[in-house]
Amino acid sequence: MSRLLLLILAPLLISAAKPKLVPDVSQRRIDIIYSFTGAELLLFGAILYPGGRVPDAHADIAVVLKGPAEPVVVREKAKVAGIWMNVRSARFRSVPSFYALAASRPIERLVDRRTAAIYELGIDNIQLSPASGAPPEEQRRFEAGLVDLKRRSGLYSESATGVEITDDVLYRARISIPARVPTGRYTAETFLIQDGRVLAGATREIEIDKSGFERFVAVAAERWSLTYGLVAVAISLLLGWIAGIAFRRLK
Amino acid sequence: MDLYLPIAGLSVNMLVIVGLGGLVGVLSGMFGVGGGFLTTPLLIFYGIPPSVAVASAATQITGASVSGVLAHTQRQGVDFRMGWVLVAGGAVGSFAGGFAFRALQKSGQIDTVVGILYVLLLGSIGILMAREAASSLRAIRSGEPVKARARRHLAIVAALPFRWRFYRSGLYISPLAPLLLGASTGLLTVLMGVGGGFLLVPAMIYGLGMSTRVVVGTSLFQILFVTAATTLVHATTSRAVDIVLACLLLIGSVTGAQFGARFAQTVRPEYLRLILALIVLLVAGRMALGLGWRPDEIYTVQAL
Repeated sequence: MSRLLLLILAPLLISAAKPKLVPDVSQRRIDIIYSFTGAELLLFGAILYPGGRVPDAHADIAVVLKGPAEPVVVREKAKVAGIWMNVRSARFRSVPSFYALAASRPIERLVDRRTAAIYELGIDNIQLSPASGAPPEEQRRFEAGLVDLKRRSGLYSESATGVEITDDVLYRARISIPARVPTGRYTAETFLIQDGRVLAGATREIEIDKSGFERFVAVAAERWSLTYGLVAVAISLLLGWIAGIAFRRLK
Repeated sequence: MDLYLPIAGLSVNMLVIVGLGGLVGVLSGMFGVGGGFLTTPLLIFYGIPPSVAVASAATQITGASVSGVLAHTQRQGVDFRMGWVLVAGGAVGSFAGGFAFRALQKSGQIDTVVGILYVLLLGSIGILMAREAASSLRAIRSGEPVKARARRHLAIVAALPFRWRFYRSGLYISPLAPLLLGASTGLLTVLMGVGGGFLLVPAMIYGLGMSTRVVVGTSLFQILFVTAATTLVHATTSRAVDIVLACLLLIGSVTGAQFGARFAQTVRPEYLRLILALIVLLVAGRMALGLGWRPDEIYTVQAL
């Protein structure tokens, strides 16, 4: 009987022996309004060790903010008859539209490559799911081109100093959101890492969406496209007409 | 002053866009052209996605041509019969252009095709205009009057069947010729975000042989309706019309046009045409460099 009890309780006991993360974010929702020029997201929380005892070995924290994945086609330009044009292309099934990693130390010093690949830690470890049957070498070239482009436009970023840990218990990470951020449901994953192993992880969701007038315009253009077009023409005609009258009066 | 453009999906400096519209407006007031051939490339250089630039520039041209059309109508400077034939052709052209735009966007060749079209059209028209302006300037210097060119339409226009009378244009030609002309400018409006005035006006004068009194008014009339149709085509197919961007451009361009029009009265029209020709050639040259130079970005990403 006691054996059976132990068997049932075993997972609970094990999980109780592991540290836990209690994460939170400064904003659950980021509104893009007319004056939006980017935002700074604060991801913070506490590390709960079993029994409240902080171990001697320091643990590290890595935070990943990921945007909604989308299928994309990547095109490569080449010179054809003196003109640079898109020649080859490759498809990817799920490319995160945004990816930012912040860690308390450089990620390659925290985990080995296999673990980094499993948890998608680091820009070079993002799973892009290539969909075209291109040879691996060509595939890698397109992947590198895609990641490089995303990195330079500020949509993929990696910071080895973005996380501060206070007294091995409290952590705080800053991730800056650029003005051209894609909208959608984002996930913020926090990982507690010690000796190259991920001890605990926790996820929070963040919604980034256009709001107010900006949202209304974007939704209208998508849902009532003909009406939107007619209104655009009407506004344009009206503005032009009013300006014509106004300037004639001024003369 | 930063402002977020809801369709383009990025923040722009409001004053830069209004200023850009104003600059184009000054030129359009001076030369009587819509200026779409400048607006679209400048927007793209500034970082607006090409499809949004093309679509919103078309919306802006609609507004920019309203006061011109009204003024020319009062002066009896619009041949409505010719205008409606051109508009009908333009509607067909912009509708077909919508499909072409979609197909080119899907295959990833839209930027190249638009670039080549810009270089070819602006290059050839710029050269023609520069030559014409230079020869009339030379004639003025030497004191000889310029030989008036006999107003005649091309032989191919005369050969088309079903002739109609266009009283105000002073023509008895087949409506098929202006219909085709309208269709080709409609196609260009959708693909390039231009009103097509720089193509339409020379084609009406030298191709159809229209009376110059009604050329500008009638071409503005056609541009007004065809850019409006183009806005609808873009709104329903590429969904790239940014109302906020179009309004900002319009505010700048209608203001700039007033100053341009005043300045134009103080300068000889031959010099004006020469300056316009040089600007057109400059844009064509810049686009040609863009095609031939190794681009900054070898890779581009498009969401499916």
